[in-house]
Amino acid sequence: MSLEVRGVTKAFGSLAVLRDLNLSVEPGEFAAVIGPSGSGKSTLFNLISGLDRPTSGEILVQGAPASVASGKVAYMPQKDLLFPWRTVLDNTALGLEAQGVRKKEARRRAGELFEAFGLDGFQSSYPFELSGGMRQRAALLRTVVLERPVLLLDEPFGALDSLTRTEMQLWLADMWQRYRWTVVLVTHDIREAVLLADTVHVLSPRPATVVERIEVPRSGPRGLDALSEPEFAATERRLLDSLSGRVSRVNEVTAG
Amino acid sequence: MRTALRAVWPPLLVLAVLVTGWQAYVTAAGVDPTVLPSPGRVLSQGWANRGDLWDQTLPTLQETLLGFALSFTAAWLVAVVLDFSAAARRGLYPLLVASQTIPIVAVAPLLIIWFGFGLLPKMLVVTLTTFFPLAATLAAGFAATDRDAMRLLRSLGTGRVRAFRLVRVPSALPHFFTGLRVSITYAVVGAVFAEYAGAEKGLGIYMQAQKSAFRTDLVFAAVAVTAALSIALFGATCLLQRLVLPWERALVKEGRS
Repeated sequence: MSLEVRGVTKAFGSLAVLRDLNLSVEPGEFAAVIGPSGSGKSTLFNLISGLDRPTSGEILVQGAPASVASGKVAYMPQKDLLFPWRTVLDNTALGLEAQGVRKKEARRRAGELFEAFGLDGFQSSYPFELSGGMRQRAALLRTVVLERPVLLLDEPFGALDSLTRTEMQLWLADMWQRYRWTVVLVTHDIREAVLLADTVHVLSPRPATVVERIEVPRSGPRGLDALSEPEFAATERRLLDSLSGRVSRVNEVTAG
Repeated sequence: MRTALRAVWPPLLVLAVLVTGWQAYVTAAGVDPTVLPSPGRVLSQGWANRGDLWDQTLPTLQETLLGFALSFTAAWLVAVVLDFSAAARRGLYPLLVASQTIPIVAVAPLLIIWFGFGLLPKMLVVTLTTFFPLAATLAAGFAATDRDAMRLLRSLGTGRVRAFRLVRVPSALPHFFTGLRVSITYAVVGAVFAEYAGAEKGLGIYMQAQKSAFRTDLVFAAVAVTAALSIALFGATCLLQRLVLPWERALVKEGRS
């Protein structure tokens, strides 16, 4: 297992945010975590990246307890956090520099990915010169170039307009098929989860726990064509039911 | 260059109107030049005494620059300490704020008593007048660093010193330059004032001497030189900001379009 969250509870004072939460992600799996807003998704991410410790339960990344020092998790926050004083290339190299790689080496390694990320030609531009989608791609590049075993993406496309968001989702699907990263994506966009993920973990309202784990059925590669498949709509419906606390109709049918 | 010209001509126009009004008033009312000299007289007498004025300007400039360098260094040291230590923030910052209420008028003569008529007391007055805006804006700049950016670095296992260098210093620099522009304009005035309290050479003591000799025109000439020095130093900090933060101008330009 790349990532195992075992019976994790997290409380801040008397406020319980996570309750007995279980989650596991295999190597090369694209997992989505979906939940109502304020359900503690960010808290879960802080725990997985080692910024915070669970009140009880344990989190294992490649078999070892999650910690900042182990360097196994690369975290891409919701905001792109590109720095205005750094060029795009220097921004994408920042993660490497932050973990102690020499500047020249960091730039070289980040630079190698520019073409694959559709950023070629913008190396010496400043972030404000990029479109929203390009900024997110640069932020993802900064995360991916660290080559850590687990990628945590925290609502990476939440701030984009709907058209750009769809473009970015398709692009990420394409990139994932090429690189097969192990990804945990937090989102509140049902379609995004179904489009990108192998498994979707549905969180309950606070205190959050995983109420359902749904495997997304796939008959072809993920992409634009998948949107018109009947099972796509069925999975979307199932997720919607699960999120709104209704018993899914699929279950009703099998039960009846 | 065109934007620079566009910024310069309105204040020049206002200045021209004021100076013309002053000249017209003095000429029309026949004011005694020892009370209020005409701008023309200030200019011509200043030019006639340019060698003398220049000799007085150099020590003032030296005090200003050295005092400011000291202030600059101290401000960085203090702001870095304040940023790294919560205890220092609690213990030191209120004292720094309180120190701003001490009138320099009272301190300058004491500094002369303690350190004599040389360079040091002048440097110290310049430092005292310019230190606070520098240190305060720098400390505020460090503190204003994006918290999410710091969290991102922490999640990567980045140590405090490296995070400070990579993110906190660059994000504080625009704030620091604001403080730098404010305090550099105080610096020349600080030096002139320190000379007033006691000096052998400098624009401050020159003004005092000319005032005692009823050469009001030369007092004004020295004031004009002081103003020119301040403006030149202010311009230099703006230029420095452009060199150090080239992205900032590009960002502003982008915002306008």
